[in-house]
Amino acid sequence: MRDRSFAPSRALIYLIVTLFAAAYLAPLVVVVLNSLRTNEEIAQSSMIGWPQHWAFGNYAMAWSGFCVAETCAGIRPYMLNSALITIPATIFSTLLGAVAGYAVSLWRFRGDNWIYGIVTLGLFLPQQMRLLPWTIVLRDIGLINTLSGLVLIHTIQGLSFTVLFCRNYYVAIPHELIRAARIDGAGFFRIFWRIILPLSAPILIVTVIWQFTHIWNEFLYGVTFTTGQQQPVTAALIALSTPVADIPKQGVQSAAVIIAALPTLLIYLFGGRYFVRGLTAGAVK
Amino acid sequence: MTEIVSIATRPGRSATSEMVRRLPEFLMIWVPLLLSAAHLISFSIWTIWISFTPSTLIPVSGWVGLHNYNSVLASRNWQIAFDNLLLFGIAFVLLSLTTGLLLAILLDQRIRGENVLRTIFLYPLAVSFVVTGTVWSWLLNPGIGIEKLAHDLGWTSFHFDWLVNRDMAIWTIVIAAIWQSSGFAMALFLAGLRSVDSDIIKAAQIDGAGPIRTYWRVILPTLWPITVTVIVVQLQFAISAFDLVRALTNGGPGIATQLPALVVYDLMFQRSQLGRGAAAAVLMLLILLAVLLPYAAWRYVRQRRAAHA
Repeated sequence: MRDRSFAPSRALIYLIVTLFAAAYLAPLVVVVLNSLRTNEEIAQSSMIGWPQHWAFGNYAMAWSGFCVAETCAGIRPYMLNSALITIPATIFSTLLGAVAGYAVSLWRFRGDNWIYGIVTLGLFLPQQMRLLPWTIVLRDIGLINTLSGLVLIHTIQGLSFTVLFCRNYYVAIPHELIRAARIDGAGFFRIFWRIILPLSAPILIVTVIWQFTHIWNEFLYGVTFTTGQQQPVTAALIALSTPVADIPKQGVQSAAVIIAALPTLLIYLFGGRYFVRGLTAGAVK
Repeated sequence: MTEIVSIATRPGRSATSEMVRRLPEFLMIWVPLLLSAAHLISFSIWTIWISFTPSTLIPVSGWVGLHNYNSVLASRNWQIAFDNLLLFGIAFVLLSLTTGLLLAILLDQRIRGENVLRTIFLYPLAVSFVVTGTVWSWLLNPGIGIEKLAHDLGWTSFHFDWLVNRDMAIWTIVIAAIWQSSGFAMALFLAGLRSVDSDIIKAAQIDGAGPIRTYWRVILPTLWPITVTVIVVQLQFAISAFDLVRALTNGGPGIATQLPALVVYDLMFQRSQLGRGAAAAVLMLLILLAVLLPYAAWRYVRQRRAAHA
């Protein structure tokens, strides 16, 4: 409805959207405020409140001080783990997905539709169906409880999404372009490098954002295939929230939550348009 | 320069050297695709196979027929998980659909600050379920969250203890899940609303239809294909929900908020009942297929119709 016939009730519209916006923002605001309150202050009142004494030290403590399980190095090592899993897996799955997407959409080869169809089934197959086989495979190739193991898993599983994204983008490129290049003698890689890649910036951004967000936020594989010092930050957050003693630590914990959520939140804030495009592209399958 | 070389060398090339020359591209195309396809198929068959074996601590061969399935289906854990999934799935999908649709309609009224509002409604999707679950577990915890705040403010009769209440705890997962993903429904509905043909709307207005009537009779009916997609995607999430529950209630109090994905994890990695865990995973897949197969059939029929029209 794009007319102004609603004029009398516009105030009501603004009231409702503002209330909703407040509800959506509230958890974030609460955690940010808590991350700046002392643990004792939170324990005396509740999780919801304005800082009496600004406790910026929570962040330093969360980053490198407090104890997760038995080690007391903050969440820094786990953030590093997450980065060392997420960045390579995002790059590998995006590049391989782009080449494969180009192959199935424009290069065409025998069996391309079949293999593409099977690969996209990965969008639907629950992780639970792959947990035991991955456990066995990782153990047999010696990658259980390693970051490389998780990179391998996320690269292979990410292909289902990256191939789909890139293929759906590349099918819109006119085939004549490829045919002309082939007549001129350009091969598979040359066409990819010279023609496809320069056209790919939008879809590569969408794919990178999608993969980064998903791998960074992934929990089940992280907690299943790694333990202790090898865990990604999502698993460390769970370990951290298990109460060790009755010592209140919600202030530091809130700071840890903010730090852990920051990379994907920043990507969302700066690449929002591409983020949403990934969401809808992933949904319409 | 390179073009000249490649054309000049072309005719004299033998079949073998042609194959060698094309080997890198062949590998680049097939290795990733085959790895992906092979792992999907073989892992599925592997898990299904384990579900028919007497495996406990490690996978062993042998055949126990449907024994694992029977014992999972007979367990209280699974029964509670399945009932919870029904309640959670239906409540979450309905509420997040209506919330998403309401937000989309409101945002479609040419309001100021639409971009900011859209950013606010969608940001939870960028956050992990672990973070969402942790934060909501604080807010909903009666000892430190909303209830405590109300008490501190003097409203001592206020009660909001769903998180620790066996009968209501599943609703805390509904709340957190709606907070996290109703923005997704909103984004899809908003795109749908924006693509409604403005001529239809004008025609309805000329016929004297008021705004509410126009929405109900003219605009909303065009959104139902999107609605089906949103329902299917959200159900897919509900069926495999794990992180959120793990962080928010961890299946508790007791096993009151158990869900199938937690049962699978519990059987496989905490009770070392691999056969039963695999059977529970296959049951999850079957539940998912009960949603996805009708959806695939529906899409197929629609595409055929569109092709014929």
